[in-house]
Amino acid sequence: MKRFKGFVKKEFYHIFRDKRSLFILFGMPIAQILLFGFAITNEINNVDIAILDYAKDAESEKIIQKIKASKYFNIENQIDNEKAIESEFKNGKIKAVLLFERDFAKKLENQKKATVQVITDATEPNVANTITNYTQSIIQNYQNQKNTTQEQSVSIVMQTRMLYNAELKSVFNFVPGVMTVILMLVSAMMTSISITREKELGTMEVLLVSPLKPFQVIIGKVFPYVFLSIINAVVIVLMGYFIFGMPIRGSLFLLAFESILFIITALSLGILISTVSNSQQTAMMLSLMGLMLPVIILSGFIFPISSMPLPMQIMSNIIPAKWFIIIVKSIMLKGVGISYIIKETLILTLMTLIFIGLSIKNYKTRLE
Amino acid sequence: MVNHISNEKVIEVENLTKKFGDFTAVKGISFHVNKGEIFGFLGANGAGKTTAMKMLIGISNPSSGNANVAGFDVHTQSDEVKKSIGYMSQKFSMYDDLTVKENITFFGGIYGLSRKQIKKKTAELIEELQLGDITKSRVGSLPLGWKQKLAFSVSLLHEPKIVFLDEPTGGVDPITRRQFWELIYTEADKGTTIFVTTHYMDEAEYCDRVSIMVDGVIEALDTPKNLKKQFDVDSMNEVFLKLARNIE
Repeated sequence: MKRFKGFVKKEFYHIFRDKRSLFILFGMPIAQILLFGFAITNEINNVDIAILDYAKDAESEKIIQKIKASKYFNIENQIDNEKAIESEFKNGKIKAVLLFERDFAKKLENQKKATVQVITDATEPNVANTITNYTQSIIQNYQNQKNTTQEQSVSIVMQTRMLYNAELKSVFNFVPGVMTVILMLVSAMMTSISITREKELGTMEVLLVSPLKPFQVIIGKVFPYVFLSIINAVVIVLMGYFIFGMPIRGSLFLLAFESILFIITALSLGILISTVSNSQQTAMMLSLMGLMLPVIILSGFIFPISSMPLPMQIMSNIIPAKWFIIIVKSIMLKGVGISYIIKETLILTLMTLIFIGLSIKNYKTRLE
Repeated sequence: MVNHISNEKVIEVENLTKKFGDFTAVKGISFHVNKGEIFGFLGANGAGKTTAMKMLIGISNPSSGNANVAGFDVHTQSDEVKKSIGYMSQKFSMYDDLTVKENITFFGGIYGLSRKQIKKKTAELIEELQLGDITKSRVGSLPLGWKQKLAFSVSLLHEPKIVFLDEPTGGVDPITRRQFWELIYTEADKGTTIFVTTHYMDEAEYCDRVSIMVDGVIEALDTPKNLKKQFDVDSMNEVFLKLARNIE
């Protein structure tokens, strides 16, 4: 334990005496949060939605057919009561629900006016906004068609409801995104660089010749980054909460647990990178090209995964960040408990184990 | 001249072999080193001396053969071996961004020295190397010769039985090298065994015994005096050249 303390102390000296490390550690999170403060528009494609049809008549059926025929939506399922909406959203299976009121056709016939409600999951504000606009135009289109064939015009009123993020704040999207990017960057890139630095300087050899076991060396090296990453996560959540009004609806404890899990995933990736690179430069390149770009592009942070071409959607599954973003949004915005994000949690755990296993294998091959 | 050497064997190597796929880097070498001896381990680049040394210090597993270091088997008791040896690598092996004192504290710490022992050792080192004020300077700001002396002293902090020096004096002038060797002699006189690899043939002359590796095999092993006699030349440099040329 005393050896470990000495080791960790030395690691902190390295970090605090290197201005570049310090900037990446503490300058980046703040800079990124502020940079991503603007919204990014995007298209949608094949978004999964559900239908709640209280009317079940000819008119509602026609509109549903029209929605179905568009390439923007994919009707995932039919639900039969309003209670089911919440759980569908929490499961993350659908992005929107289309609700037809009772006696839709009859009202349209008699009162010349009927209502459709579009309820969207606004944790992804851009997607929610686009969904609303697209449904609006489909329904508008249907209304116009109808009006050209009959004398008295009818109007279909559309009501929209944004769940979880009523004001469509894009911060709600980028705070979890930035948190993910930063944790990935700090944990994976910084550890892989700090381990390869020891290799490059030749001090790694000296450490391996010492009575310290290799895993002790590695744990000693990554521990400070666990600590610093946790501080970063806290800073980002606090900034989101106090500056941008991002809610934290779920349990803080669960959020902390999942964040630590993700930090460990990222650290194990960093260790894996360090086992395959011999210089700091290689480690840096691998981390930037192999981690940062996929994290930013494929994680759903900026571009909605649901609108990507299928091969990219499949690829996005192997990006740990994708799962963590889902977890953070679910906890902070939807306030869900562990049972709703158990799949994502297990995937992250499994990925971590695979990374650690591969690192040990690589390390052993080098020793043989 | 060699009164610091005893007959006790602290390194015993038998048929030690290392293969990387089809390539055999070390081809069944056998030798021994006595306690308190300064043993020069020579060879051209790629001759296999670094590979052989890595097996002796327990960071590379032998493909076959046995090696016993400080009374422990490198294959099965590498933890014990590691506690009994010191190591200084050819790349300078301390942290540039830490001060002299912090480096000493860190390396003392990973070898399990108590705070009191570290304090005592630090004081001794300051005295011996006349470090004075520089203990608070970052190591990166020191001249290479100083760094090397310091690295050597740090590798001895836990009083190992054997210290392995992998090309310890690369890149410094002959005077600094000479000073470094004085430190080595002082340590050998205390009974510490020195296992040293080097490129400099004048340094080979300072060793008690010298082995010369060529293509994974030990081609010659004796005192510098006997080697010169055997090859009928005046210097170790010529011994080395003759051996290398014969092979080609």
